[in-house]
Amino acid sequence: MTNSPFTPGIVPARLDGRVLQENFADLHAPLDAHEALVAADRCYFCHDAPCITACPTTIDIPLFIRQIATGTPEAAAKTIFDQNILGGMCARVCPTETLCEQACVREAAEGKPVEIGRLQRYATDRVMAAGVHPFSRAPQTGKRVAVVGAGPAGLACAHRLAMKGHEIDLFDARPKGGGLNEYGIATYKATDGFAGAELDWLMQIGGITLHTGRALGRDLSLDGLCADYDAVFLGMGLGGVNALRAAGEDRSGVLDAVDFIADLRQADDLARLPVGRNVVVIGGGMTAIDAAVQSKLLGAESVTVLYRRDRAAMPASRYEQDLAASKGVRFVFNAMPIAILGNGAVTGVTVEYTRAEGKSLIGTGETFDIPADQILKAIGQTLATTPEELNITGGKIAVTGPGRTSRKGVWAGGDCAAGGEDLTVTAVAEGRDAAEDMHDRLMG
Amino acid sequence: MADLSSDFLGIKSPNPFWLASAPPTDKAYNVVRAFEAGWGGVVWKTLGEAGPPIVNVNGPRYGAIWGADRRLLGLNNIELIIDRTLEVNLREIKQVKRDWPDRAMIVSLMVPCEEQAWKAILPLVEETGADGIELNFGCPHGMSERGMGAAVGQVPEYIEMVARWCKQNTRMPVIVKLTPNITDIRYPARAAKKGGADAVSLINTISSIIGVDLDDFSPQPSIDGKGSHGGYCGPAVKPIALNMVAEIARDAETRGMPISGIGGVTTWRDAAEFLALGAGNVQVCTAAMTYGFKIVQEMISGLSQYLDHHDMALSDLIGRAVPNVTDWQYLNLNYVTKARIDQDACIKCGRCYAACEDTSHQAISMSPERVFEVMDDECVACNLCVNVCPVDNCITMERMPAGAVDPRTGSVVTDVPADWTTHPNNPAARTAAE
Repeated sequence: MTNSPFTPGIVPARLDGRVLQENFADLHAPLDAHEALVAADRCYFCHDAPCITACPTTIDIPLFIRQIATGTPEAAAKTIFDQNILGGMCARVCPTETLCEQACVREAAEGKPVEIGRLQRYATDRVMAAGVHPFSRAPQTGKRVAVVGAGPAGLACAHRLAMKGHEIDLFDARPKGGGLNEYGIATYKATDGFAGAELDWLMQIGGITLHTGRALGRDLSLDGLCADYDAVFLGMGLGGVNALRAAGEDRSGVLDAVDFIADLRQADDLARLPVGRNVVVIGGGMTAIDAAVQSKLLGAESVTVLYRRDRAAMPASRYEQDLAASKGVRFVFNAMPIAILGNGAVTGVTVEYTRAEGKSLIGTGETFDIPADQILKAIGQTLATTPEELNITGGKIAVTGPGRTSRKGVWAGGDCAAGGEDLTVTAVAEGRDAAEDMHDRLMG
Repeated sequence: MADLSSDFLGIKSPNPFWLASAPPTDKAYNVVRAFEAGWGGVVWKTLGEAGPPIVNVNGPRYGAIWGADRRLLGLNNIELIIDRTLEVNLREIKQVKRDWPDRAMIVSLMVPCEEQAWKAILPLVEETGADGIELNFGCPHGMSERGMGAAVGQVPEYIEMVARWCKQNTRMPVIVKLTPNITDIRYPARAAKKGGADAVSLINTISSIIGVDLDDFSPQPSIDGKGSHGGYCGPAVKPIALNMVAEIARDAETRGMPISGIGGVTTWRDAAEFLALGAGNVQVCTAAMTYGFKIVQEMISGLSQYLDHHDMALSDLIGRAVPNVTDWQYLNLNYVTKARIDQDACIKCGRCYAACEDTSHQAISMSPERVFEVMDDECVACNLCVNVCPVDNCITMERMPAGAVDPRTGSVVTDVPADWTTHPNNPAARTAAE
């Protein structure tokens, strides 16, 4: 260890390598077999269960939990994968506290929902660890589909189409497939290269060819794809980032949180990753939380999340906020940055308090400075390129029904498409549903 | 603190909780520790006749079924009677009784169905100073193949005969332990009474196969790939035992005969139910085998608190519920209830709906907002919704007041009781006096 949390500037190795390893280990240890039985036994097997309704992919949760309880986790995993082929990742990253577990009747009854997320992980881990892929392809149809973006939406779409016998070319701009699963999730939520392992496992279906380093608008055109393929699915996510619109945003030490997180995910050695002594994260979503928590875990002395509205309005759940607070992250609500301080390198940020007036926020005039040598921006993402001839709404690709865009033969889903929350599980549902619709069109 | 002192057949013990004849009572070491923990008495594990000791299997003797979190609900065993020599046991019994004079010491016996065999062992037991004997006519496995245990208990004439031999050959009180592996428990109980037995104890274990290994297809517990039926006990058997105790308590021929209640007693509450249904005391085994001897302390404090709370003496509790056990034909058909769902307590799991809709009387409605309500015009008050509801007291059965109209039948509810014996649909109904 060459540095400490108190070393000024943006430096690596603030913590001992062993401490770093512990800090970035599995956030929730997997359930062992007995724990899984005990947890499964708490499920009431509700009629028309609220948890199913709350799940964007509509997994039959009571059924898979009963399958675990009766000693058949493999059948449970099949129940999950039938609806959500990325059930393994969703078990790790879903904000279950605002989805299935919030809807669980035991949450209403006693404030302790059935641990659906951990149970889902228990079942899916077993099948994936055994290398079993419980699906096989239908006879080949001769139809070829281009899927752009190998993130959750694209993978779900590609898998479903491949299963139905179509031939898929899957394109991704990055060097690896997986999208945000590979580049965008906090490290401690997807340890041990899980995203890559899941991708390999998913590809076992066959009929999918992954082409990395191929970006829409750079290496591929929508017209070209439409000409070469029977159908096209766009699931390339949001490659651009919003600007802060505060003076001094160009100073060194100001970084996009998504890049910081991607670097973390791809790091072979956490001790070589630099982090500031005083980090300020601007934003209120999951990206902000993940960046803040990981800055702290890397050894930053102080980490502050700056959010312009109040706690209740924060997109990150209270559970995630509390997780961050437990790691030592400080939250400042109702405050917006108005100037990034420093001469070349960042030294701090001037912040103004806000108050809501109707739907808009206005500054109160009261300001203060927070010292910072690193500022991570997590204020939302945008479409990197706007594909030609597609209607856009609210900065995203407009879709109707199961992901149909304004252009015939082109579907879209995931973060790049309008509608739905920007969650892994939502992207999976959209990719899957688009695939079903594409299949109907292709074979109709 | 209520006085729990118990007097069963003149046998005194500081509380009505005895350890049943079973592995926990097979040697002085255990019994002394049980007494130290507070048990009121023990029935020493069944002694056989003098000679070479009994041989047990050397593989597993117990099998179990479990509920949530591996909570043991039922246990079965293929262990035989005591496997140490008669002489050693008698010596230990004598010593323990001498050291613990205030505790009940009963000796369980099982010898061949010949008068000479009983005549031989009774004086030896009497010499130990034991308070009484219990005749093991119950064990369903192993010994029954040799004409003992349940093989005797299933033939009322044998029960009567052996009970009589014992009464004629000892001054000690004689308790006959009954097997539940019969069609009607009243016959063996009556036989015990006819033979002069002072009391019956029940139930012994129920013939059972606890499970089958689905990989090697051996019944459990597996002895080298084979299994034989064992004796089933534990919490799961309590309802069967309660019924049998009550049947004997209310039978015209056996009414008043002391009963030692056995079968799944795990808590003070279980014990209190046996006592209310006519048992003079209870015997416990599986609960001690599951949790150790210390559980008796909860039984003592719990029963004591209950009696204090109801301002009852222990003797007031014994048999208190027996007059309320009746035949179906005497149940009041004018007692009309309807299920009521407490919407504030409801957690909207919908189990009541699934149960009623799929398997009962389609009497619960479900709204899109998951509000579940009882439709009185369909509800027959079956109670299934109450039973499947995971929330205590969320669904209750409420009696309809006299004068109200039952929307299911259109009849006015009356507070005048009427039962099947006078029901117009009963071909054997007595005609009401004009």
